[in-house]
Amino acid sequence: MVKRDCPTCELVVPVLLELLTSDADLDVFVQDDPSFPDLGDSDPIDDTDLDFSFHHDIETVPTLIQFDAGTEVARTVGWSRDDWRALTGQTAIGESLPDSRPGCGSLSVDPLLVDDLRVRFGGSQLSGRRIELAALEDEFEAAFDRGWTDGLPVVPPTEARVLRMLDGTARSPADIVATVPPNLVEVTVEQVAINAVMAGCKPEYLPVVLAAVEAACTSEFNMHGLLATTYFSGPVIVVNGPMARRIGMNSGTNVFGQGNRANLTIGRALQLVVRNLGGGVPGQVDMACQGSPGKLAFCFAEREHDSPFTPLSVSRGLAPDASAVTLFAGEGPTPIVDQLSRTPESLARSMASVLRATHHPKLVIGWDAMLVVGPEHGRVFADAGWDRTRLLGELDELLLIPGRELVRGAGSIDEGLPPEFHDATLPKFADGRPAIVHAGGDAGLFSSVLPGWVGGELGSDMVTVKIEE
Amino acid sequence: MTVVMDPTAGRVAQAVQPATRPMTLAGAVVGLLDISKPRGDVFLDQLEVELESRGLTVKRFKKPTFSKPAPVDLRHEIATSCDAVIEALAD
Repeated sequence: MVKRDCPTCELVVPVLLELLTSDADLDVFVQDDPSFPDLGDSDPIDDTDLDFSFHHDIETVPTLIQFDAGTEVARTVGWSRDDWRALTGQTAIGESLPDSRPGCGSLSVDPLLVDDLRVRFGGSQLSGRRIELAALEDEFEAAFDRGWTDGLPVVPPTEARVLRMLDGTARSPADIVATVPPNLVEVTVEQVAINAVMAGCKPEYLPVVLAAVEAACTSEFNMHGLLATTYFSGPVIVVNGPMARRIGMNSGTNVFGQGNRANLTIGRALQLVVRNLGGGVPGQVDMACQGSPGKLAFCFAEREHDSPFTPLSVSRGLAPDASAVTLFAGEGPTPIVDQLSRTPESLARSMASVLRATHHPKLVIGWDAMLVVGPEHGRVFADAGWDRTRLLGELDELLLIPGRELVRGAGSIDEGLPPEFHDATLPKFADGRPAIVHAGGDAGLFSSVLPGWVGGELGSDMVTVKIEE
Repeated sequence: MTVVMDPTAGRVAQAVQPATRPMTLAGAVVGLLDISKPRGDVFLDQLEVELESRGLTVKRFKKPTFSKPAPVDLRHEIATSCDAVIEALAD
């Protein structure tokens, strides 16, 4: 295999002529110019469509391949007199050439061509339906017209982009990932990849998206109910482990905000899977009264390197070196502002007072929450040696509330618990809640609460899934 | 011309034939399904009184939680033991 636009290929032309006059059975293929090289009586074989090159994984020209009964038995790339002589058995060829020269890049791996080649020759590995957009159709408007978007433009999922996305996982495109509610559709890696393309993901994000889809579609997480509820929440994805760092996720400044591609597109991809594959369309099955902007995309990494706490995934039983997603059914952050507390006791009281008010100050036990401790607050706990268990224990005590403050009518508010709870003492949250995570930028004496949906059997439990890398 | 991959499950909704509606409730067994939303029982209690006062037989059912679909066994029991069902959908 040669191409004209390669000095090493030109260099070896005399060797090719030597081989053609020997008893070797040689075919010369050319990638770019069918008139090259001039072989005298015989013509080179035209591989300008790169079919042979693609299917034989040619990465360098010249490449010399030895076949035995149609099966490759040896190859050498570039020019090496010793290698060419050994492979051909012709011990006198290339005497006048230098000992060796490196080859050039094959056109079949040219970055400008490879996507098209993969679609042309490798597209059959995709089993999904192809949809031809009309010539006059704007491809972005076409996605809106067909109901495929979350209200923002999506990247058109061309075959080339989907194939490239699938490079992000070792899993087969046909593998089943999960059964997605509400329509209970078994979805494949390929179908998730299509939606990940549309969300704007890079291929290296795909394993995180796959894990998030798997976690969302467990009965414990209860994506079906989360979608159908009139309540605000959507899936919040917390990513732990080396994967989060490798793909450049944000765990720091503006962690819940705009600006980080991985955070936003991974969260968005999960929602597009639920919408496009599960059938969870807002206003139809998604009946949220007000919803939450987090339902477009809500995904962030935990700030692990200076956290006073064990990573969330480790607290949930995974190994420290494992990458994982944890899904929580929640909504946008409620700020906790405390710029004066320098003791963990005072800070915990601040946090408890804000946690007490989530959902409604008089509603307890049923609702869930995630406490996201900012680094400057985290340092107060770290300096005092408070770990996750200690903070949670202190919060539990601070969030025991007398029933007389919670019953219907207390505080002249009708909302509240039935009167029989008047003399009881009740915890704000069920046992083991709220979840605690460390995230945010270096500066700012802030933390936040992500209020959650109904916790436990009646609603949603957090689900952690290891990311398969 | 752009070719894109279908991002949907490619399913077409299948029309389901609803069960035949009874022409009259005379002598019918009516199921009342509480989905476990607060105060749904208040509504259904009242319905039970009204239906029984008209000589109907009432059977009460309850989903374990409003946030998940009714278990298949519960759906089967309602379907096989009632002529009609009334579901209290919200609080």
